[in-house]
Amino acid sequence: MEEITEKDINDLLKWKKIKPEVPELTGNISVPKIESWASVDLRAQLLKQKDALKRLGLPVDGLVPDWQRVFLAKMREMLKKYRSVKLFMDICVRCGACADKCHFFLGTKDPLNMPAARQELMRRVYRRYFTLSGKLFGSKLGAADELDEEMLALWYIYFYQCSECRRCSVFCPYGIDTAEITMAAREILNSVGIVQKYTFEILDKAQNIGNNLGMVPDAIRNSIEFVEEDLKEQTGLDIRIPINAEGSEVMFVAPSADFFASPHIESLYGYAKVFHQAGISWTMSTYASEGGNFGLFSHNYNQMKIINKRIWDAARELKVRRVVSGECGHMWRVLSSFSNTMWGPFDWLDQRYPVPQHICEFTLDLINSGAIRLDRTANDDLTVTFHDSCQVARGAELGGSSHGQFEIPRAVIKACANRFVDMPADTIREKTYCCGAGQGLLGDDMLPLRVKGAMPRMQALKSVKESHNVNFLALICAICKAQMSRIYPLYGYPMEEVGGVHQLVSRAILLGQKEGM
Amino acid sequence: MTFPGLALNMAIYFSALIFFAGMVFRMAGWLAVPNPLKIPTTPAPVTTGGTVFRMLGEVFLFRSLWKADKLLWAAGYIFHLSFLLIIIRHLRYFLYPLPQWFFWFSDMGVYAGFALAASLLYLLSRRLFIDRVSYMSNAADYFYLLLLLLISITGLLMKYIFRTNLIDIKDFILHAAALDPVSMPLGINIFFLVHVFMVLLLAALFPFSKLMHAAGLFITPTRAMVNNARRSRHVNPWADKEWDSMLSKAGDTETYMPWSPEQWKERWKK
Repeated sequence: MEEITEKDINDLLKWKKIKPEVPELTGNISVPKIESWASVDLRAQLLKQKDALKRLGLPVDGLVPDWQRVFLAKMREMLKKYRSVKLFMDICVRCGACADKCHFFLGTKDPLNMPAARQELMRRVYRRYFTLSGKLFGSKLGAADELDEEMLALWYIYFYQCSECRRCSVFCPYGIDTAEITMAAREILNSVGIVQKYTFEILDKAQNIGNNLGMVPDAIRNSIEFVEEDLKEQTGLDIRIPINAEGSEVMFVAPSADFFASPHIESLYGYAKVFHQAGISWTMSTYASEGGNFGLFSHNYNQMKIINKRIWDAARELKVRRVVSGECGHMWRVLSSFSNTMWGPFDWLDQRYPVPQHICEFTLDLINSGAIRLDRTANDDLTVTFHDSCQVARGAELGGSSHGQFEIPRAVIKACANRFVDMPADTIREKTYCCGAGQGLLGDDMLPLRVKGAMPRMQALKSVKESHNVNFLALICAICKAQMSRIYPLYGYPMEEVGGVHQLVSRAILLGQKEGM
Repeated sequence: MTFPGLALNMAIYFSALIFFAGMVFRMAGWLAVPNPLKIPTTPAPVTTGGTVFRMLGEVFLFRSLWKADKLLWAAGYIFHLSFLLIIIRHLRYFLYPLPQWFFWFSDMGVYAGFALAASLLYLLSRRLFIDRVSYMSNAADYFYLLLLLLISITGLLMKYIFRTNLIDIKDFILHAAALDPVSMPLGINIFFLVHVFMVLLLAALFPFSKLMHAAGLFITPTRAMVNNARRSRHVNPWADKEWDSMLSKAGDTETYMPWSPEQWKERWKK
């Protein structure tokens, strides 16, 4: 660690303005030679706003005075609460199977972005303070390190260069999941007052205003009115997006970006048309106006649980019978994999449908049963490819089958478009590369890192763009949409080529009177 | 009993005790920590049977490693299989009379001796020559490879060049295993002593080292959990306590849940 000499923690953690360097696109993903400290300067900004920190229950004055004690106490708590963290500290053999699997390593060449090396940052502290040899011999024996400001800085820098996408975990012979370790590390950093701005500013908004983008209900209503007017203009039909309508069949939860961000909003048009045409009564809620749950990004169970609570409270209050989720990756992981543990059982909802149900499952059911019909030729100007979002691909299931999360979105796309091409097999499905901005790295302060993290995905895209003239990237995640539409122009592609799966549905769906009715 | 015999017997009992007690202690330590949430790495089987099948694939075929790196998979697989065959071949020092099935495997144990050494050399060369693996390797990683190499080489030397008195060694081991220790066998050489002490060292270190991956694999949550979170509710044992403690603190700091649905309605609904 010779290059870091400054001991002052504020200096070590200082955010640096760096111009994004766009990697060259060749269409191939190659494993680079390691370059020590290549990405040590790509740092996330710290949250300094005292009122937000206070609301989140975090230290307000930066690093707490007796930080080593607090740090180790929190680390001990993590090791007692999460078997994953405890086990993964003990069983890694550093075989290197994960080393070339991380998009951030491939993009930055920094060896500390190799999953096992990232985990070692925690293991070095673990060995020093939580194992017998560390207690007896200190940091003299067995790759253990004292907990000092340098180590703290490395934790902050490199645990915020991980998008918790779990790609490494697919390849690990013991299933070690760096995401679990990163989540624990971020929670430990929070406890000593090292808080990342992007994630926790948004968590503050989610808890105190109600959604990640800080939209008050009137703003949501305005946005919905605009969408309804636009739908009327487009289609000539009164396609409604009901808000807080008690007694509806379905409560629909979306990431708040879907209310106005581009290209997210295009999928909202799609959702509305599907519900309208299927004739299923539905509503969105201003109370549960956010499905995204940034509580997942660090191991703070209660924070995730609080944000998740709104959805089930709203469903009870609106007396709906089903809950359907919009297009969002980590939101779907929390909703489908963790909701049941946190707020289940959901026996008060309609048991004939999965609780909750994903919009792709919902739409595909309607397509298969003939309740909605699609005209594929409406998308004939497009050659579509699909990016498996990491949290859906590796953290959840769709359709109650082991591979549904790959097949169902593709089935929806193929029902909407004649031309569909998959990217190379090593970059999709369970081996999908993260978009490069997941799990708290979407801030503009992280743009230099995001550009590099997106490199493997962009190489894969480049290869199908050249071989099949792909001109539409279909996504089912709000973060992927935000990231790719921002990154596309930097790589020289138009951002209009990025959109949601339900954007395709929106273009292809046949509206109006059903035949024979 | 002479001092060397006493020392060897003591060392055997000591390391066997540490090995078995250590394994139980470590495994119990892991199992004492709960899994708060279902975190299988998907795609994952949605049934218990399917998950057992997935685990068998991990334990017996190293399926995840196969996806990662075919050469590493081959070296790792050859190493573990050879190790197993060699252990089986060594049963001839522990069992009397030898069961029939022993002879099905015992010849393979000889070839496994060479395969083990070769796979260890490959694994060592990865740590030395692949920059990524070299970067992440620490002293312990080299130590265990070298320890295993030493064991494997002394074993091969005894088999082919510096033969030792197997009859007396077997007698010695059978007595030690029956808790009726006898004095050091005669006609043994330095290779035997190095071989045995390195094995005892390995056994004693095993439970407290990265070699515990062998036990950890069976309970690793990303592989061993069933992918059915929506249909079958998983309970987090510490969730309620955590929630209550947060609520008790929330009273004075107003930190959490500033809005109940009722307050929300008052403030925002028209």
